[in-house]
Amino acid sequence: MNHIAKNPEMNRRSFVVSAAAAGGGLALGFELPLGPSAAEAAETGPEVSAWVVIRPDETVVIRIARSEMGQGTLTGLAQLFAEELECDWSKVTYEFPTPGQNVARKRVWGDFFTAGSQGIRSSNELVRKAGAAARLMLIEAAANEWKVPAAECTAAAGTITHTASGRKVTFGKVAAAAGKLEPPAEIKLKDPKDWKVIGQGKKRLDTPVKVTGEAVYGIDIRLPDMVYAAIKACPVVGGTVKSFEAAKIAGRNGVKKVVQVDKDAVAVVADSWWRAKTALDALPIVWDEGENAKVSSASIASWLKEGLDADQALVGNKTGDAKAALAGAAKKVEAVYGYPYQHPVTLEPQNATARYTADKCEVWASTQNGEAALATVSEASGLPIPQCEVYKTFLGGGFGRRSTSHDYVRQAVLIAKEMPGTPVKLLWSREEDMTHGWYHPVTQCKMTAGFDADKNLTALHIRISGQSILATVMPARLQEGRDPATFSGLYPGGPEAAIGYGVPNILVDHSMRNPHIHPGFWRGVNINQNAIYLESFMDEMAKEMGVDALEFRRKLMANHPKHLAVLNAAAEKGGWGTPAPQGVFRGLAQHMGFGSYVAACAEVSVTGNKVKIHRIVGATDPGYAVNPAQIERQIAGSFVYGLTGLFYGGCTVKDGRIEQENFDTYDMMRISQMPKVESIVMPSAGGIWGGVGEPTICVAAPAVLNAITAATGKRYRTFPLRDHGLSIA
Amino acid sequence: MIKLTINGKAHDIDVEPDTPLLWAIRDTIGLTGTKYGCGIAQCGACTVHVDGVATRSCSFPVSEAAGKQITTIEGLAQNNVLHKVQKAWIDLDVPQCGYCQSGMIMAVAALLKEKPKPSDADIDKAITNICRCGTYQQVREGIHAATANA
Repeated sequence: MNHIAKNPEMNRRSFVVSAAAAGGGLALGFELPLGPSAAEAAETGPEVSAWVVIRPDETVVIRIARSEMGQGTLTGLAQLFAEELECDWSKVTYEFPTPGQNVARKRVWGDFFTAGSQGIRSSNELVRKAGAAARLMLIEAAANEWKVPAAECTAAAGTITHTASGRKVTFGKVAAAAGKLEPPAEIKLKDPKDWKVIGQGKKRLDTPVKVTGEAVYGIDIRLPDMVYAAIKACPVVGGTVKSFEAAKIAGRNGVKKVVQVDKDAVAVVADSWWRAKTALDALPIVWDEGENAKVSSASIASWLKEGLDADQALVGNKTGDAKAALAGAAKKVEAVYGYPYQHPVTLEPQNATARYTADKCEVWASTQNGEAALATVSEASGLPIPQCEVYKTFLGGGFGRRSTSHDYVRQAVLIAKEMPGTPVKLLWSREEDMTHGWYHPVTQCKMTAGFDADKNLTALHIRISGQSILATVMPARLQEGRDPATFSGLYPGGPEAAIGYGVPNILVDHSMRNPHIHPGFWRGVNINQNAIYLESFMDEMAKEMGVDALEFRRKLMANHPKHLAVLNAAAEKGGWGTPAPQGVFRGLAQHMGFGSYVAACAEVSVTGNKVKIHRIVGATDPGYAVNPAQIERQIAGSFVYGLTGLFYGGCTVKDGRIEQENFDTYDMMRISQMPKVESIVMPSAGGIWGGVGEPTICVAAPAVLNAITAATGKRYRTFPLRDHGLSIA
Repeated sequence: MIKLTINGKAHDIDVEPDTPLLWAIRDTIGLTGTKYGCGIAQCGACTVHVDGVATRSCSFPVSEAAGKQITTIEGLAQNNVLHKVQKAWIDLDVPQCGYCQSGMIMAVAALLKEKPKPSDADIDKAITNICRCGTYQQVREGIHAATANA
């Protein structure tokens, strides 16, 4: 039996990938949805365990709980599993198990949460052990058949061998028997030095379907008799629907229903999305915008500015006595920075398809957290979890937007509840998506440094003022009121996000101020703000002291060898200390986040208001590099994400609402602006599995900012640079 | 009824003439490889070929598409043989999330029809599609790889 998606499109996807992976050529041009034969092709084959189906044709179907949104986790996790399974990599394909099945099977696949660069970090051991368990069961099944001790048998490349007799059998022949055995009690994982699949730049398993249009994203779901919904929520978060005139759009072609969704939104359901959307545009809606309509970017900025000098603040790092040391410093350096709201902009706008009946509610959606989506379905439908299900698709970008807030899932279910039995695909317009996001939170930062008479940095006070993500999104995760994410990369130590500089007296504290705009886990989260503040200020201090920016940092990094190693690597490959081409200037940055150490060395030239970014070297130490080829792609992509944010990524608030509604006012880097990226992947092992989907983003902006200052003498402290008239050449 | 020819196949569809071609392709005809990103011809996720020309279908009324040859990502491969851009994309593992890549590939395929061996400057000028994952470096390599023997 099969425990995966019941959606015919999902089966189709599995089938196509299997065909491609097995060298069976391409399946193109078939009708949608597929008939039962292809669906069966995806479903035949016995489970060895919940994690893996091995078909008689030797295809190995590995079940991947985490979401694939471009970061390559799907392939990386499959590599981890395949390493221990000892299968033939060319036979590997995959399926996404459903959150409902995870609940029903006592969470056998662990957590579905795919954010915070956690995909491989937090599940690598579980996945490797599951792969090893399946291998042991396959071996035991073969040994039973041969009536020999399992210890005399080995597995490699999908074949089990009885060493003494030379007998061999393939996985596919014993998979059914293996599936009936008890899982082994004791599992010993391979020594990393014996890895053959982990550490290899294997091709992504999902590429073939992504070049033919066959990959299925949430937006692509098609079900029999499906209808389409477009929605508008109050443009001011916290506001509500006062009234709407459904009669004004009655009789329009294809329009089926007008539905109020919760207190704050109105949806139109039609027989195509375009008809729903145009009818919604024609629907008169009156909003009660409430008190939040008085808020503007200026009012938020002045509120945050007060926080920079507020007496009370939440302490994230206190080493020594920074305030006293600053009072006695021979010289002080101070700078204030500000960072705007930014929208994550998944290119696939938020959407979900829901089908509700009195005893079942099913949702198909792009989500970074299938189980959270499932909980949302249960809550919105009023049905208990065993009567709910979520079928995950590929994500057209996640970037944190689809990790904690499933507002789009809730809305889809509420609309579907109004039309029992009819599947409803809710799709947000880009304008709805841009103005109802979960934004990279706004913060300001005051940096104060104290030096002794010998130019030694003796004290550093980092005061952050601004919005907490957790206070809104996961208040239960606050620690005595503190939001630990706020201090990312500024902690005194630990394997996650430690500051890379040794200063005798450090104080990092946070004056929390939470405007009504929703904050979210924008890709990289607070290391982005914090790295800009700290690494810009490092250069500012070095300049004040008349010391080279690299030397200034190195002097503070004696006890931070991993931070230093990536910085040195980026600086060396970047040519730091050697002459740059005429008119080209360099900038450096380093930081730690999500268990990984990252650094960058950027080369820019500035002509008028145009910044040409010629080249960036990115170095990363993620502990273990499961797929170095994909890590290089994450590094290159991270620079695009971070630099788009630096130059263009500012959402402003007017009358309580986000002003930027589409890409004409919220620009993004294009291929012509792409610098040459050179990556250094330098895993140092040591038991720490760092992330790769996010960390590098945070060094993109400060490395380029420092290079711009080197080129122009000007220091920019508020962002995006668009506001200073700068753009990327 | 509007007559559309998509990937060589004729369709009679009942939509308003000002409906963007994108929604006719996705919702009415059911080919979902062509994506919606912005609706204002900024991002290029919806790029298809109209009589061989790369066209942002989100801002192209279906009435103007009538009678023309429309090719979507599903129709790019011929006789089950992938287009050279698709092949290069697989060889270099270009896509990440992949959502923009249908449009990206269609834009590149149209460029190569005009310029079989484009320079970097040609690429910069012609390819303005947005990729949020930032695959631009691989896209550029992929274009050069696809045209290496041109």
